[in-house]
Amino acid sequence: MSNFEIVAREDFSDVTYLLEVRHPLMAKAARPGQFVIVMSHPHGERIPLTIADFDRAKGTITLVIQAVGKTTKEMQQSCVVGSSLYGVTGPMGIPSHIGKVKKVACVGGGLGVAPIFPHARAFKDNGAYVIGIVGFRTKELMFWEDKFRACCDQFIVCTDDGSAGIKGNVTAGIKKALRDHPDIDEFVAIGPPIMMKGCAEATRAHKIKTMVSLNPLMVDGTGMCGGCRVKIGGEVKFACVDGPDFDGHQVDFDDLMTRLRRFTEQERTAVERWSENCRMTNPLQTLKTRIPATTEEAEFPDPFDEVRGG
Amino acid sequence: MAKKKTIRTIPQERTPMREQPAAERVKNFTEVACGYSPDDALREAERCLLCPEQPCVAGCPVGIDIPGFIRKLGQKDFRGAYDVLTDTNLLPAICGRVCPQENQCEGVCIVGETLEPVAIGRLERWVGDQAIAEGWASIPYIEPAPYRIGIVGSGPAGVACAADMAKAGCDVTVYEAFHLPGGVLRYGIPDFRLPNEVIDAEIGRLEKLGVKFECNTLVGRLFTIEQMVDELGFHAVFVGTGAGYPTMLGIPGDSLNGVLSANELLTRCNLMRAKEFPDYDTPLPLGQRVAVVGAGNTAMDAMRVCKRLGAEKVYCIYRRSRTEAPARAEEVHHAEEEGIEFHWLTAPAAILDDGKGGVRGMRCIRMELGEPDASGRRRPVPVPGSEHDFETDLVVFAIGTNANPIMGQTSTLRLNKRGYIETDAELATSVAGVYAGGDIVTGAATVIEAMGAGRKAARSMKAYLGIRDSDQPYVIDGRGSGNRMFGIDPQERNFARIRIA
Ligand SMILES: Cc1cc2nc3c(=O)[nH]c(=O)nc-3n(C[C@H](O)[C@H](O)[C@H](O)COP(=O)(O)OP(=O)(O)OC[C@H]3O[C@@H](n4cnc5c(N)ncnc54)[C@H](O)[C@@H]3O)c2cc1C
Ligand SMILES: Cc1cc2nc3c(=O)[nH]c(=O)nc-3n(C[C@H](O)[C@H](O)[C@H](O)COP(=O)(O)OP(=O)(O)OC[C@H]3O[C@@H](n4cnc5c(N)ncnc54)[C@H](O)[C@@H]3O)c2cc1C
Ligand code: SF4
Ligand code: FES
Repeated sequence: MSNFEIVAREDFSDVTYLLEVRHPLMAKAARPGQFVIVMSHPHGERIPLTIADFDRAKGTITLVIQAVGKTTKEMQQSCVVGSSLYGVTGPMGIPSHIGKVKKVACVGGGLGVAPIFPHARAFKDNGAYVIGIVGFRTKELMFWEDKFRACCDQFIVCTDDGSAGIKGNVTAGIKKALRDHPDIDEFVAIGPPIMMKGCAEATRAHKIKTMVSLNPLMVDGTGMCGGCRVKIGGEVKFACVDGPDFDGHQVDFDDLMTRLRRFTEQERTAVERWSENCRMTNPLQTLKTRIPATTEEAEFPDPFDEVRGG
Repeated sequence: MAKKKTIRTIPQERTPMREQPAAERVKNFTEVACGYSPDDALREAERCLLCPEQPCVAGCPVGIDIPGFIRKLGQKDFRGAYDVLTDTNLLPAICGRVCPQENQCEGVCIVGETLEPVAIGRLERWVGDQAIAEGWASIPYIEPAPYRIGIVGSGPAGVACAADMAKAGCDVTVYEAFHLPGGVLRYGIPDFRLPNEVIDAEIGRLEKLGVKFECNTLVGRLFTIEQMVDELGFHAVFVGTGAGYPTMLGIPGDSLNGVLSANELLTRCNLMRAKEFPDYDTPLPLGQRVAVVGAGNTAMDAMRVCKRLGAEKVYCIYRRSRTEAPARAEEVHHAEEEGIEFHWLTAPAAILDDGKGGVRGMRCIRMELGEPDASGRRRPVPVPGSEHDFETDLVVFAIGTNANPIMGQTSTLRLNKRGYIETDAELATSVAGVYAGGDIVTGAATVIEAMGAGRKAARSMKAYLGIRDSDQPYVIDGRGSGNRMFGIDPQERNFARIRIA
């Protein structure tokens, strides 16, 4: 299988964009919690991205991507409607268990907002009372409010600057949900590790089951390299085949965060070199979101930073 | 022909193969062993005694007619030699390079009792390379058969099965999870041992036979094995997904950032071409002092890759001694020439943290050999009080692999206790029409054994589908001829298959 056509694209902000990719078999197979490995061109890196939505009738899957480094920034420029991705493999990972629960809170922060959506929808379809909690840095960065509202019985938005919803990060939203609903059966949290850690800490005392979706660095996504290993309750697991969902109360988040910094230096080289090149030969100036020059630190949205937004 | 050859009349010295000098080759990824010239090959072919008892054939896991191909080679019938080889081995250019010949054919060669054995592997490689250069392909007359065959995994097991089924006239599709086919040959074994062009040529030959390759397809998750049979309309399926799940060290510090599996290192370097970073996007962790744990082929490859990527020191840490090292003799020898420091009888005890999530060093303990264990090798036992530390900034572990869990998670195939697929002697699995072979059945083994398994499964599939097997009309392993009526094996179920869909 090759040439996965991009049939639609939407830009939510300077750093977040949505791609809808044609892959009928994948649309049929995908379930909440699963992800794909994307290679945008033959020299590219294999990057994992969560399947944020899928449309079985249209035969497409939706990816929501944050431009944080070389590959994701490059894709932000090159992935226009009508172009194709070199490789899309999946759906990977064990699908999330959508149990028959009465009341569930789905928490998404930063790059986890889109991936939490299929969970919220699946729980709703299963008859649960769904509380959606999402976090953004500011109102302008918000997206999919309508989609969430359509499947959430209660929808809590948190923004860092208070421009929409509650002022503060998602932990504030979690506290509110816990106050409003003492009977929540389960939490599902997706986002930067520090946010998932925060969520797990908040629910630990209440002994509420909390599932998190881990996002370590990956290469193959098929259980062959061990690069994605994480520590769960003292045991080593491979997130790509044993996860990516794990019991948040068992996860060693500090280990995950350290491991995510493995290639910081090379990532910087790659992005610097790339932005040098693309200033010279940028073929795509037509996009409505122009990439800001990437030299200033501020333009690297560190995924850990996102927490403040998320 | 002239007088019968004897051990005295043949060239006494084994014909050496030209190699890149060690100092040169540690700076590049070009092939180390340059291959024979036609004269070298003819001279080496002279050394074969063409023994009637042919111990080498029995020593070969797939029973290649070794004296047969060497005889043709000696007669300068190169094409004929290739045809003899490909009767049993579809990938001679690959096996000639990577088989552990010293434990197989060359290990039992009669010449080897007095002199150095005939360089069977090098001759095999020469014939294979000749075929690639000349574009030979043994494409037989193919009688179309109305069957669709699905193959999962494009490693040696999968491609061997695919080739045989394509020759039997079936419509064959190979599914591969990676973006390029080849399995370990592609992602594991580095270019300096097996150049990509060789793999491409062999895959190209399969495409000429009509085999279709579908990469980027994770079987089990995109569709299941059962769906292949029920919904996608495959009449038979072969599973050859390999055993790639790396075994962890299980010592303190093994999740530090400077610790990775050889599979990860090799995949980044070979498949993702991180050695050409930043022209290719995948980064690679580099170390100045690299410690590689293990002494199999994978460990040797990892060490030699690190050396080529510019590591100053590369250490091999192995708990047994050199005699027990499972790697091919030639690889250990090459690694030694390239300046790898071997620490035999040394086991890692802990990896030391640099305080920033990286590696500062490794604590090791010395071992001595005790009583033989279940594998017949002497068991290493720690020497009390022999702990010692040394500096390293990258630790690569190559201590074996386990079954990949995806098939088990997604299908009803029966697995054994260790997670490998269970099959009967004919390689049939617990699901009708589904066969399996290679590392996913036996655990990590060799290229030639995986290929042999692929071909064996193809024979069973043909019997299952009722295709008469022109390769093996009367000889089917282990079944007596008394068992046949009119030369037709009763196991060859020659009736129409009923599909309940
Ligand atoms: C299972 C899984 C699902 C994911 N789903 C999504 C998704 O739906 N949308 C999305 O935008 N991203 C997702 N990610 C993260 C995404 O894979 C990385 O952002 C991407 O690989 C970065 O590549 P890059 O070359 O652009 O950046 P790089 O240059 O590789 O990295 C730039 C920065 O991003 C950080 N980073 C790199 N990889 C990850 C990672 N795996 N997780 C968190 N931070 C990382 C680095 O630490 C660095 O600070 C997911 C990751 C996993 C493992
Ligand atoms: C570094 C290294 C060096 C080696 N050196 C030698 C050597 O010198 N000599 C020797 O004889 N042997 C060597 N071996 C061993 C040999 O390569 C293996 O025994 C052999 O390749 C096994 O073949 P296989 O077809 O069973 O599996 P593999 O070659 O592992 O191929 C399996 C393929 O299936 C794919 N796959 C897995 N799961 C799925 C799925 N769900 N859907 C689709 N595709 C899937 C994988 O991506 C892979 O491409 C070496 C192994 C390694 C790792
Ligand atoms: S055992 Fe050695 S000499 Fe005898 S036929 Fe085989 S390769 Fe030739
Ligand atoms: S990504 Fe390689 S094992 Fe998980």
